Amino acid sequence: MNTADVHQRRQMDYVASQAADARLNLEIETEGMTLNIGPQHPATHGTLRLVARLDGEQVVEAEPIMGYMHRGYEKLTEVRTYPQVTTLINRIDWLGSFANEVPFILAAEKLMEIEAPPRAMWIRTVLFELSRIANISLFLGDMAVQLGALTPVFMAFRDREFVLNQIEAVTGGRFHPNFDRIGGIKDDLPKGWINDTKAVMGRIRDFCDEFEELVLGNEIFQARCRGIGIIPPAMGLSYGLSGANIRASGVDWDLRRDGNEALAYNQVDWKVWTHPDGDSFARYWVRLQETREATYIVEQLLDGLPAGPIMAKVPRIIKVPAGEAYSSTENPLGEMSYYIVSQGDLVPFRVKIRSASFSNMSITPWLLKGVFVPDIVTILASLYFILGDIDR
Amino acid sequence: MTPAFLQSLTGAVLALEVPYWVSSAIKLGLVALVIPTAALMLGYVFLLKMMSFMQSRLGPMEAGPYGSLQLLADGVKFLQKEDIFPEKADRTVFALAPLVVLISTFLIYVVIPAGPDAVVAQLDVGIFYALAVSSLSVVGILMAGWASANKYALMGGLRAAGQLIAYELPLVLAVMGVVIQAGTLDLQKIVTAQAHGEIFGWGGIGNPFILTQFVGFFIFLVAVQAELTQPPFDMPVAESEIVGGYQVEYTGFRFLFFFMGEFGTAFAFAALAAVMFLGGWALPWGDLTHWGFNIAGPVILLIKTLAVATLIFWFRFTYPRLREDQLQRLAWKFLIPLSLVNIVVTGIFKVAL
Amino acid sequence: MSPLSSTSTEVDEQRQQWAATLADALGNGYLDHHIIPGSDLWVRVAKQSWVEVATAARDQLGCTFFDWISAIDWLPSPYGRDMNAQEDNPAQDPSETSKPEKTIEHGHAGGKTRFQMLLRLHSISAHMGINIKADLPDADLNIDTLIEVFPGANWHEREVWEMFGIHFNGHPDLRHIYLPGEFEGNPLRKDFPLLARRVKPWPGIVDVEMFPGEETS
Repeated sequence: MNTADVHQRRQMDYVASQAADARLNLEIETEGMTLNIGPQHPATHGTLRLVARLDGEQVVEAEPIMGYMHRGYEKLTEVRTYPQVTTLINRIDWLGSFANEVPFILAAEKLMEIEAPPRAMWIRTVLFELSRIANISLFLGDMAVQLGALTPVFMAFRDREFVLNQIEAVTGGRFHPNFDRIGGIKDDLPKGWINDTKAVMGRIRDFCDEFEELVLGNEIFQARCRGIGIIPPAMGLSYGLSGANIRASGVDWDLRRDGNEALAYNQVDWKVWTHPDGDSFARYWVRLQETREATYIVEQLLDGLPAGPIMAKVPRIIKVPAGEAYSSTENPLGEMSYYIVSQGDLVPFRVKIRSASFSNMSITPWLLKGVFVPDIVTILASLYFILGDIDR
Repeated sequence: MTPAFLQSLTGAVLALEVPYWVSSAIKLGLVALVIPTAALMLGYVFLLKMMSFMQSRLGPMEAGPYGSLQLLADGVKFLQKEDIFPEKADRTVFALAPLVVLISTFLIYVVIPAGPDAVVAQLDVGIFYALAVSSLSVVGILMAGWASANKYALMGGLRAAGQLIAYELPLVLAVMGVVIQAGTLDLQKIVTAQAHGEIFGWGGIGNPFILTQFVGFFIFLVAVQAELTQPPFDMPVAESEIVGGYQVEYTGFRFLFFFMGEFGTAFAFAALAAVMFLGGWALPWGDLTHWGFNIAGPVILLIKTLAVATLIFWFRFTYPRLREDQLQRLAWKFLIPLSLVNIVVTGIFKVAL
Repeated sequence: MSPLSSTSTEVDEQRQQWAATLADALGNGYLDHHIIPGSDLWVRVAKQSWVEVATAARDQLGCTFFDWISAIDWLPSPYGRDMNAQEDNPAQDPSETSKPEKTIEHGHAGGKTRFQMLLRLHSISAHMGINIKADLPDADLNIDTLIEVFPGANWHEREVWEMFGIHFNGHPDLRHIYLPGEFEGNPLRKDFPLLARRVKPWPGIVDVEMFPGEETS
């Protein structure tokens, strides 16, 4: 169906039901209620605020208000050297921190015309996927807890811990590795890490299997998610939705496969998962499959890890030649990209950070029209945003 | 203590002639003591320990042996907290609401029999009375939701009202099967009927009604789950949507009252289910008038109650939450027709056999 | 494919063709373009053609994915660009220390004004993106909104409005998105001082980490 049609029909349905209620409401003198959700609210995991005008339990209009965590990274990057910037941008999507560094480093490498050695690229890709697992496994538990099931989130935390341990073993940081460098990575893998990681990947697959049964197979979960928050593909694209959110609408587009960044994804055999439904259930399903797929990617990468140096020759003090470069990768939350303008200094002249959650959330005013209050939670949870990724 | 001594003690207690007001006071004190004990027990065994083990963690371990005194510590903590009234709250109603909920719980305990003589009040309409007073808690919840002057609380209160009223019906209809089979509303006689009953002529284990009324038992459990506002029916307190619903503005000991009310009611309903479906305090092989059942009965009833409570809490920790409309649909389109069919079938068997 | 090794002429041709298509569609509104082979495409259009270029890119190039909108302030920062502590700590009046030799240097596809709009669109079928720039004269700092073309532009335009002070004609709801409602100033403009640095001077580069590749050299 055409996007405009879907949009229009939804609106017409809603207008009709409003009109039907209007006379009754006039007679008994009711008025709408404005409900303020957040900035401190369990469903917003962070400080998002949602002002919803309600008619009973139905949302007439909902407007997200953010900025409670705005840290001004685009301004701050203008007074920091390139290596210092990675420390900062680690904090954008704090659940999959390493993935934030990669597109920035890639863009800087483009400007400097440096290419990281293959081993560094492969390790980057491995860590990228590990941070994806660390990020999305939490989503898998969190969405269940938003829907009222208490137990899955603890299982998610339990198994995520193993992934974080592996990340920590390499980078020294559980949450904020700051490990990527222009021209390569900081250190090589520690001894025995490859086998440990493979064991952890097996664990994560068990975790995925368990969740497929425990959460996806649950009738109540399906009843709460199926048909809730349907995003038509064209609508999603024009709002800039990316990542699993748009793949759940049937758009077969993954920057790991389709992007032109020099990571090692084209060296391994993997699959992009899509789902035709576009509802909350599809988004959960796609993310679960992607987590499992990521474990296969990591295993293959570890099997084929090339030997060699992990650092290209880079000057001690990094001065980036003048120019503009753009780099985008498929981060756990969606497309993340950096547009760097350099004027030949130690610091970037301007950095535009395109974070996935900001665009993903921009569809919510449209999506939340006419849903019920419990569905707000379902939709927000299934769109999966990290506050740091919205507010930057 | 020898059995002979126990027997004489029991006899002496039963033979004691005390004024009416003294016996009333003793009974009241007893029930008032049982509720916090029951709430603490369920809270510790299920909320703290069983849930923790299901979620691959240990739960509290420090307060008392194996963390068993944690809830006492929590209770003391609640008592220390400031008693906050929201500025625009209706103070009287706000203060009364937790008491109303607690009193509703209190009144159920009055009729639950724990032995041939160990019952506070043996009513002819016992089960009818129990279900009637249990729905009083709706009033308290509505009061709390309205008086808090909070939109979340109001939504929670309204959701609770809709839900509890919808699930009164399957609750009562599920019990109807038991009542038809036992031929009485008196809980004490329901226990006796199960101990003396026969299943198609065989009386080896009596006739716990769970065997013949398994449909009723299932409906009763589901409806109880909704009455207790526990997952998968916890929309009135859904913490990820309306942040605790009607409880959101309560602090300190008033919140403790809600907590006790919740777990006390859970225990009461589990005990009711044990009495109606599992044979209550009786064992099928004994002489029910024997004095020893006054001592052993409470223990037997407790074990059966915990078995039912395990089921109730297992659901609670496993399932996600339904939506309000789905909940109503389940009640009106599935549970009520099913329980009506159950009544008809029970009636046919009752007449035919 | 890395930006260095990929000199695939096929993709390059496609970018040439994209630029030509847009030039045809826009006529006089089309100003300039810049191509880095195998990597990226920049197109600069006149301010009046802003909505037109977005529509043409969406309909004719298949760039249905709306990536983001932003702006660039090309003014050299009066507070210094490097980490040098002296430059970072200017005198009271910025105009005294701003170096006359530092003039505005525009990036790819050129430019004439201090402020440039920047729009990024992406085609998910061709796997290619396009950067579209438009000059904004200081005296007339406004541009038409893209909400009609891409509804997702709503929030991005609010962000640009608050960060750069660029007005969007026809935007239904132009109000603060990140900053508090009473905030004054446009933080991402180069002449907006970073107050944290004024309050506490930055130590500059005090510690350069030893790089693994460097030890051998």
